[in-house]
Amino acid sequence: MLLAMHGIRKRFGAVCALSGVDLRVLPGEVHALIGENGAGKSTLMKILAGVLSPDDGDMRLAGAPYHPTGPRGAQALGIAMIHQELNLADDLGVVENIVLGREPRRLGWFDRKAAVQRARVALARLGREELVDNKRIGDLGPGPRQLVEVARALTLDARIVVMDEPTSSLSQEDTEHLFAAITRLKQAGVSVIYISHFLEEVLRIADRYTVLRDGRSVHTGAVAQTSEPMLVRHMVGRAIDEVFPRVEHTPGPPLLSLSNVAGTRLPVNASLTLYRGEILGLFGLIGAGRSELLRVLYGLDPVRNGDVRVAHVAGRDAERAHDVPSPRATGTGVHGRAPWVRLAQGVGLLSENRKDEGLALTMTIADNLTLSHLSHGARFGFVSRAWQRERLRRWADVLAIRTGGPALDANAPVGTLSGGNQQKVALARLLDMDIHVLLLDEPTRGIDVGSKTEIYRLIGELAANGKAILFVSSYVPELLGVCDRIAVMHRGTLLPAAPVADLSEATLMTQATGGAKT
Amino acid sequence: MAAGKRTQDSRLTTVSDRLVRMLKWLGPFLALALVIALFAGLAPDRFLSTYNLKTVATQTVIVGLGALGMTFVVISGGIDLSVGSLIALCSVITAVALRAGHGPMTAVLLGVSSGVLAGAVNGLLITGLRIVPFIVTLGTMGIARGLAKYLADEQKVDADALGLSGLMAKSPDPAWLLVAPGVWLLLGLAVISAVVLKRTVFGVHTFAIGSNEATAHLCGIRVNRTKVLIYALAGLFAGLAGVLQYCRLTVGDPTTALGKELDIIAAVVIGGGSLAGGSGGVLGSLIGAFLMAFLANGCTLTGVPNYVQEIIIGAIIVAAVAIDALRQHRDSP
Repeated sequence: MLLAMHGIRKRFGAVCALSGVDLRVLPGEVHALIGENGAGKSTLMKILAGVLSPDDGDMRLAGAPYHPTGPRGAQALGIAMIHQELNLADDLGVVENIVLGREPRRLGWFDRKAAVQRARVALARLGREELVDNKRIGDLGPGPRQLVEVARALTLDARIVVMDEPTSSLSQEDTEHLFAAITRLKQAGVSVIYISHFLEEVLRIADRYTVLRDGRSVHTGAVAQTSEPMLVRHMVGRAIDEVFPRVEHTPGPPLLSLSNVAGTRLPVNASLTLYRGEILGLFGLIGAGRSELLRVLYGLDPVRNGDVRVAHVAGRDAERAHDVPSPRATGTGVHGRAPWVRLAQGVGLLSENRKDEGLALTMTIADNLTLSHLSHGARFGFVSRAWQRERLRRWADVLAIRTGGPALDANAPVGTLSGGNQQKVALARLLDMDIHVLLLDEPTRGIDVGSKTEIYRLIGELAANGKAILFVSSYVPELLGVCDRIAVMHRGTLLPAAPVADLSEATLMTQATGGAKT
Repeated sequence: MAAGKRTQDSRLTTVSDRLVRMLKWLGPFLALALVIALFAGLAPDRFLSTYNLKTVATQTVIVGLGALGMTFVVISGGIDLSVGSLIALCSVITAVALRAGHGPMTAVLLGVSSGVLAGAVNGLLITGLRIVPFIVTLGTMGIARGLAKYLADEQKVDADALGLSGLMAKSPDPAWLLVAPGVWLLLGLAVISAVVLKRTVFGVHTFAIGSNEATAHLCGIRVNRTKVLIYALAGLFAGLAGVLQYCRLTVGDPTTALGKELDIIAAVVIGGGSLAGGSGGVLGSLIGAFLMAFLANGCTLTGVPNYVQEIIIGAIIVAAVAIDALRQHRDSP
C-alpha cells in the first residue's frame, strides 16, 4: 500500500464537503477517482496535496504517517499535482519550465547544461525527448504542455502524480500521447491518481477506481470487474430527498431558436428551440461548453457560425405597462449581437460567476440592481435615487432579500450581502427589466439550501408568467426536479433535448460522459 | 446568545469599517489642514496674506482642471498620461489662433475643442485597438508634445491676449470677484463634475466600468462608447487648462506643463482615487490639487529647498495609497 487515506472529513462552515472518505492507492497503479461535480474529489485531492488540512481522518504514505505541511511539504514527500488549468510560464522554454523554482546552479549562475540534462531525462521517460528544444512554451498546444507538466512532476521524484481532468482540453491524438506517458510512469513504479468524467477513458487507462458521492467514498474496486453502466449507477445511485416546489406552467410559442451555433472554441455545434413558458435544462460536465453557449447567445463572446433568433413578443409591454418601453430590434437572423442589443430584445443572462462578473461588489445594492437599465429611471440623464430605492424595495419584498441589519440599506456595497441574497439581487436586475428569455447559468451555485428552494419556486413562477428559461446546472437532481425538458452538452456539441419524464440521472450522466446515446 | 454575539460583532466591524472609511474620506482634508497649519506657523504674515492665498488659488487652476478630467479616467480604471502635453498643445493652438487674427472667443473655442478631439482620439485608440490606456496615452503624450512644437515652430508663440489674461489675473478686474475668474471656473466645473459623477447615468456607468468591467458588459452598458466619452471629457478639461495656461503666460509655450500629468495623477490619488478603478471623487481630487499648490508655495516662501518639497509630496502619495490599501484589505478578508 503506497497511500492510505482513511475516514477523511472536511467541513467548510456549514457545508460538509467530505464526510468519511477512504482511498487506497497501490504502488505503480493508475487509480481513477470518479464522481459527480461537487462529490468532493477536488477537496480530497487538495488535502492530499497539502493545500487543505483534514478535520478528521488518518493518512499514511508508504506506511508512515503523512501530515503534509503545505503544498511544498507534500511535494517534498513525492506528491505531484497536475492541475486542470496548467501552471506554466508561457514565455519561458520547456527546459526553464521543467526546472522552474529548482534551477540547477553553478557558482550562483543558472547551469543551463544541467537543466537541459535534467529536462531531457524526464521527457525521455515520457517518450517525448524532442520537446526539450522548445524555446517558448506558449507556442505549444495543450497536449505537449500537459506532458511538460508531467515531466516537471517527474523531476520532483514524484511517487504519486495526481491528474485532474487531464484530457478535457486535449485532442484524441494528444490523449493517446498522455496515455502512453501514463503507461510508462506505471512501469517505472509511479502511481497515478486519475480524475476524469470520461468513463470510457477510466475503463481504458485505470487499474482500480474509487467512486465518491456526496462527500463519501461509496465504492472501490478493480476496473476489470466493472462496466460503464455500473460506474454510473455508483455515481448517481441515490434517492432525491429535496423537495422541488412545482408551479404549473404550459409551454407556448417558440421565443428563442439556435441553429448550428458555434463559438470561437466552444460550443462546437448547438441547435435548440426554447418555448415561452418553458424551463429547459442544460446539463453537461465542466468544460463541455454550456456556459460558453450562453455567453455566445448573449453576445459576450463572438458567434463563429450559425444563427440565433429571438422572437418578438407581442404585447410584451402591455403585460407590464408600468415599465418604460425599451427600444428593440426585431431580432430575426441577428448574429453575435452585443449584450445591450440582447437586453433590448428581452434576453438576459445570469452569470455563473457572481463575484467576478455578475455583480460589481464595491458598488451599492441599489446600483447593482439597476445597472442594466439606469436610463429607465433617469430624467435628462440624471439617475433618480428615489426610483432606485423604490425598485429595490419592491424586489426585496418579492424575493425576500435580507441583510444582517434590521433594514435593507440601499447604499451598502452589494458585497456585504450573503451569497444567496447577492444572487437574488443579480436575478432581480433581470426581472426588473422587460426580459422574457432568461439564461440562468448555475443560479443555485454556492448558496444555501433554503435560498435554493426559493429560487426553484421563483423559476417555476416565472415560467407560469410566460417567461422562457434556459437553466444551466451541474446538479442533476435540481434539473430533473425543475425542468420540462433537458438537453445535454458533450464536448461542445448539444444533444437533442428530451422531456424530463423520459430521463433519469443515469441517462443524463451516460449522455454527458459520452456513453451510448439514449 | 450566539445571535446576540454575532450582531454585536458585526456592529463592531461596521463601526471600525466606518472609521477607516471616514479616515480615507477625511485624509486629504487632514493633510491639507496640516500643511496650511505648518506654513502658517512658519511664516504667518506672508503665507496667510490675501495676496498669497490668491496666488495659490490661481496656481491650482491648471492642475485642478486636469485633475477633474483625470478623476473620471481613474475611476473608470484608466489613466491619461497625455494631459500635460495636451495642455501645452491647446495653449499653443490658442496662441496661434490669436496671432492669426482670430477673436478671443474663436481662439478659446479652438483651444478647447482640440483638447476634446485629442481626448476622443485617446479613447478611440484604447477601445478600437484594445491597447491599455497607459501605453496609448504614453504615445499620444509624445505626439501631442511634438505637434505643439511643430505648430509653435519650436519657440514661444507671442500673441496679443486681447484681454484673455484677465481670466488668470491674481487681482481680478471687478474686485468683488476676489480671485481670478479661472479659479471660479475651476470651482464651478468641479461642482458640475461632482454632480455628473454622482447623479447621472454616465457617472454611474463610469464607476461600474472601473469597479468591474465584466459586470458592465453583462449589464449591457456600452463600455467602449462610455470610455471614449470619458477620455474626450478628460480632453475637454485639458483643453480648458491649456487655454488658461496661455492666459496666465500670455504666450503659447510648447514646453509648458512638462510632467504636469504626474502632478495631476498625484492629486487624484491623494484625493482617494484608486488606479485599480471604481473609487475616487471630485472633492478629493480638488483637495489633492490644492494640497500640492499650498505645499509648493509654502516651501518657496519659507526658503525650503525644492528637493524637500518633492520628498514630502512623494511621502503624501504613498501615505494616501497606503490608507486605501488598508481599507481594501479589510474589505476582502
